[in-house]
Amino acid sequence: MTSKVFKDAKAALFDMKDGASVMSGGFGLCGIPENSILEIRRLGLKNLHAISNNIGNSGRGLAWLLKGKQISQATCSYVGGNPDLEEQMLANEVEVTLVPQGTFSERIRAAGMGIRGFYTPAGSGTEIAEGKESRTFDMPCLLELPLTADFAIIKAQKGDAYGNLWFQETARNFSPLMAMAAKVTIVEVEELVELGEILPENVHLPGVFVQRIYQGADYENTIEIPIFEDQN
Amino acid sequence: MGESGVSVSKNHWSKNEMVDQVIEMLSDGSSLNLGIGIPTLVAQRIPPEKGIWIHSENGVLGVAGRPTPQTVSATLINAGKETISVKKGASYFDSSMSFGMIRGGHIDVCVLGGMQVDAEGSLANWMIPGKKVTGMGGAMDLVHGAKLVIVMLTHFSKRGELKLLHRCTLPLTGKGVVHKIVTDLGVFTPTGESFQVEKLAPGVTEEQLGMPDGLLLSAK
Repeated sequence: MTSKVFKDAKAALFDMKDGASVMSGGFGLCGIPENSILEIRRLGLKNLHAISNNIGNSGRGLAWLLKGKQISQATCSYVGGNPDLEEQMLANEVEVTLVPQGTFSERIRAAGMGIRGFYTPAGSGTEIAEGKESRTFDMPCLLELPLTADFAIIKAQKGDAYGNLWFQETARNFSPLMAMAAKVTIVEVEELVELGEILPENVHLPGVFVQRIYQGADYENTIEIPIFEDQN
Repeated sequence: MGESGVSVSKNHWSKNEMVDQVIEMLSDGSSLNLGIGIPTLVAQRIPPEKGIWIHSENGVLGVAGRPTPQTVSATLINAGKETISVKKGASYFDSSMSFGMIRGGHIDVCVLGGMQVDAEGSLANWMIPGKKVTGMGGAMDLVHGAKLVIVMLTHFSKRGELKLLHRCTLPLTGKGVVHKIVTDLGVFTPTGESFQVEKLAPGVTEEQLGMPDGLLLSAK
């Protein structure tokens, strides 16, 4: 059996090329695949299509790639808090497609689950509806299609050699969905553990969806907006 | 508003008083999603005995107060990317399940911020063409999913423009989706062609609302 375990980001991203479409997990900076993003920056890949809820935030994460003009196309739901993206979007340097967040996550899930399309009310009666097939059930709905990518880069707290994953707290977000949707899923973990260490009932994403996994290093795990008790 | 502006501005609710208006509308034990901005303040003022389950669309149900420097975690945030803590009975899940809770009608109430809201119950809160784009985030899903949709916003913009309109002029987040509106001057219900006044902040007069003739239905 070929091993899914790679030494590091450099080894795991060996075949990513200019023009690739790349899904990247994380909500803001929570749960982002820091090592893989930094490797893409090191490789200097260009003309990427980034698919991610925020495309980085506060100058970090995928914003590292925006700063190097490595992203030409972005599919996301939220731009607020990401001045690099808002600036390049308004200057037409990055072609941005905004997707309602629930539709975004469900289109990614649909790609992974073999669903060829679904109807949802989100966006009906707005400019999001333009050019889309609509149909009225109990309320007007839009036909939305699956969203896939060449690669998914995601991060989990724990993973084993088969690719079974366990996520910590709200770091899960879009990552398991993206892992199911992309052609090649590359996972970085804080802890690469033995098979069986994640109990079967605690596996958040079964390893069948994962192609490559490596132990990451030097995590910043930036907290964007730290607010403590008595600070409201 | 001219010279009367100074005295007029004294009569309004503070942000916390606006939050308390929202809390009055919540039934005990209900599930609640809070948008980014003023709505986030609701989490801090809900009395624990109401047993409200706060949902944040990044994947948590059971949001509680802020953490301490000892308990803070980089992987525990709300949709505003702010640090949070959770209460006993909380759960974490992926974004698809999170929006399934919303789209599937399992979340009772959502509270959103807004740039404009209109008499038809339409909301605009995600972009000003050519000037500012924040994106819709989860707002377009939330407005169709929650059973009760409440919008919190200041009655006037910083430039003095009325935010309660006959029809929104900015790109919509959702059409005919808003049930209640809480501003710093009062509580309103959109009725189609006008706004029903449910309540005014102490000392506020209908004249102060700055609404054109026909756009306001006086308090019952």
